[in-house]
Amino acid sequence: MSTSKNNRAEIVLELSNISKSYQLGDQTLDILKGINLSIYKGEFVAIVGPSGSGKSTLMHIMGILDQQTSGTVTLAGRSVVDISEAEAALLRNQYIGFIFQQFNLLSRTTALENVLLPTVYSGNTESKTAKAIAILRNLGLGERLKNYPNQLSGGQQQRVAIARALINDPAVIFADEPTGNLDSKSGHEVIEILKKLNAEGRTIVIVTHDVELAKVAKRTIKIFDGQIVQDTINHKQKL
Amino acid sequence: MKFSILAKSAITSILRNKTRSFLTTLGVIIGVLSVILLTSIGNGLTVFVEKQFETIGSNLLIISPGEIVSEEGGFNQEAAALSLASSKLSDRDVSALERIGYPIGGVAPVIEGSVDVRSAQGKRKGFSVASTPDYSELRNTKTTKGRFFSQSDVASSRKVVVIGSKIAEKLFAGVNPIGQKVTINRIRFEIIGVAEPKNSGNFGGPDIDSSVYIPYTTASSALGQEKISYILAQVTQKEEMNRAKTKIKEVMLRRLNEEDFSVTDQAEILKTIQNILSTLTVGLAGIAAISLVVGGIGIMNIMLVAVSERTKEIGLRKALGATPNNILIQFLIESAVLSTLGGVFGIILGVLGALAIRSFFPATPAVSSILLAFGVSLLTGIVFGVFPAKKAATLSPIEALRYE
Repeated sequence: MSTSKNNRAEIVLELSNISKSYQLGDQTLDILKGINLSIYKGEFVAIVGPSGSGKSTLMHIMGILDQQTSGTVTLAGRSVVDISEAEAALLRNQYIGFIFQQFNLLSRTTALENVLLPTVYSGNTESKTAKAIAILRNLGLGERLKNYPNQLSGGQQQRVAIARALINDPAVIFADEPTGNLDSKSGHEVIEILKKLNAEGRTIVIVTHDVELAKVAKRTIKIFDGQIVQDTINHKQKL
Repeated sequence: MKFSILAKSAITSILRNKTRSFLTTLGVIIGVLSVILLTSIGNGLTVFVEKQFETIGSNLLIISPGEIVSEEGGFNQEAAALSLASSKLSDRDVSALERIGYPIGGVAPVIEGSVDVRSAQGKRKGFSVASTPDYSELRNTKTTKGRFFSQSDVASSRKVVVIGSKIAEKLFAGVNPIGQKVTINRIRFEIIGVAEPKNSGNFGGPDIDSSVYIPYTTASSALGQEKISYILAQVTQKEEMNRAKTKIKEVMLRRLNEEDFSVTDQAEILKTIQNILSTLTVGLAGIAAISLVVGGIGIMNIMLVAVSERTKEIGLRKALGATPNNILIQFLIESAVLSTLGGVFGIILGVLGALAIRSFFPATPAVSSILLAFGVSLLTGIVFGVFPAKKAATLSPIEALRYE
């Protein structure tokens, strides 16, 4: 791939020759066709493409939510080929943070408990509680720790989701249409937070069909028909 | 992953749908309730029967007229009554039995009959028991007031009587009956004692407390009762019961035909009844347990609903690092908590129910059946939770996240 990234920069996630196909009856549906892609530490990448282009499937494979039909994924130096569901779960828990369009917070569970949800599975809820509170404060939710999702605005809910993605210090944060369910003001806030996190050194991958949103990223990868058709560095970032 | 967190989340989601959770557990509640009630009744009956036999006396062999004991050891009360009229048991049989000696201790002939008992205060149906002084020891019949009749009372056929506690209570209310006169079948007797209450008449047992005890010889001289109802023989040691039985049979066969008498062992009858009762209890509890299975199916059903309702939550949890096992355990705990809650409610209701019916039926809730019911309800939740939990555990995280 033609990136201007320094070759000495650490590769966090590497996809080589990734294909994904589904069997529909006697028909084979090729969703991804030989994707080669490297995400470097500290990058802010936008994956764009129209519906059905395969960008969601690509994100699922990058996020270890789905497994490729062929090719290799290397996450934080580990090869992710033919791993069990439990191993995949552990990798997601330790190395990946997800931010969803629908926020996906657990109702009847406080903001703080939602942020701590990944730690339930890493088994360190107690030791992470102080950190969770600090992250929520940082995101302006210091007064909302005990609030339930239905007591929070959409923007606040998405900030809780961002805090949840950060709790286990993931190697990559995936944001799937993070502003898709927000009004423009809240959407703007969320983008500012993502930019700030990237400035602090976090590796962020946004998946969106919104070309405008993609422009906030430093690098844009266009997917069409299961292939990367464009991979560009945005020199001038704007909102 | 912490168990306490999972348990907390299970309880949270159960409380989220209070009505639904209650209706779901109803099956288990009813199942456990009926198991507890039925085992309590079975247990109570067993205790009751044991007590009844205790009042009769221990290590006793009963020689009764006729063939009232079947080959299998069953006891026929009606046959006993019929063969009474033609009783061939005689005083010489009693003497023959007394001559056996070890291992047979006391021997006491008994003549029983129905009588009318009258005092100045009224009239009452009673049950006359005519025997020798040994009867008091053999049948464990003590007096609370006065004394039991003596050998000399028997020798002189005195018209003296020891009255049952209920007779004393009804016919001599507020008076000391000792020394008073009582009319039994129009013959006047002097009361020399009051028997200790046995409280056996509750729940349909023979009303021993309405008995009147008179000297053996007085029965024929004053009341015209001559046929021996049965002969009691006490065995000195429990271990000698079989040997004593054989000896008695030997002696009696020399005197009577096989069909003219029977020798029954109290312990054997007790054992037979206990066997019947415990089989009955297990059978009834088994039928009640079927409702537990129905309850379990209800839980499985609602857990399947819960899994599909929470598909998105499952997907999210998986995305955040929950392994299939984590999800499996989460849902298993939920169904186990659900059915155990039902079990606990069922146990509480069952015990309360057993205590409530206690006033008119012997019911004793056994700790063992309570523990068993608890264990079974927990197990029901786990067994019937496996299928829905497996379903949840194998959901694909992407499909689950996409689910609306």
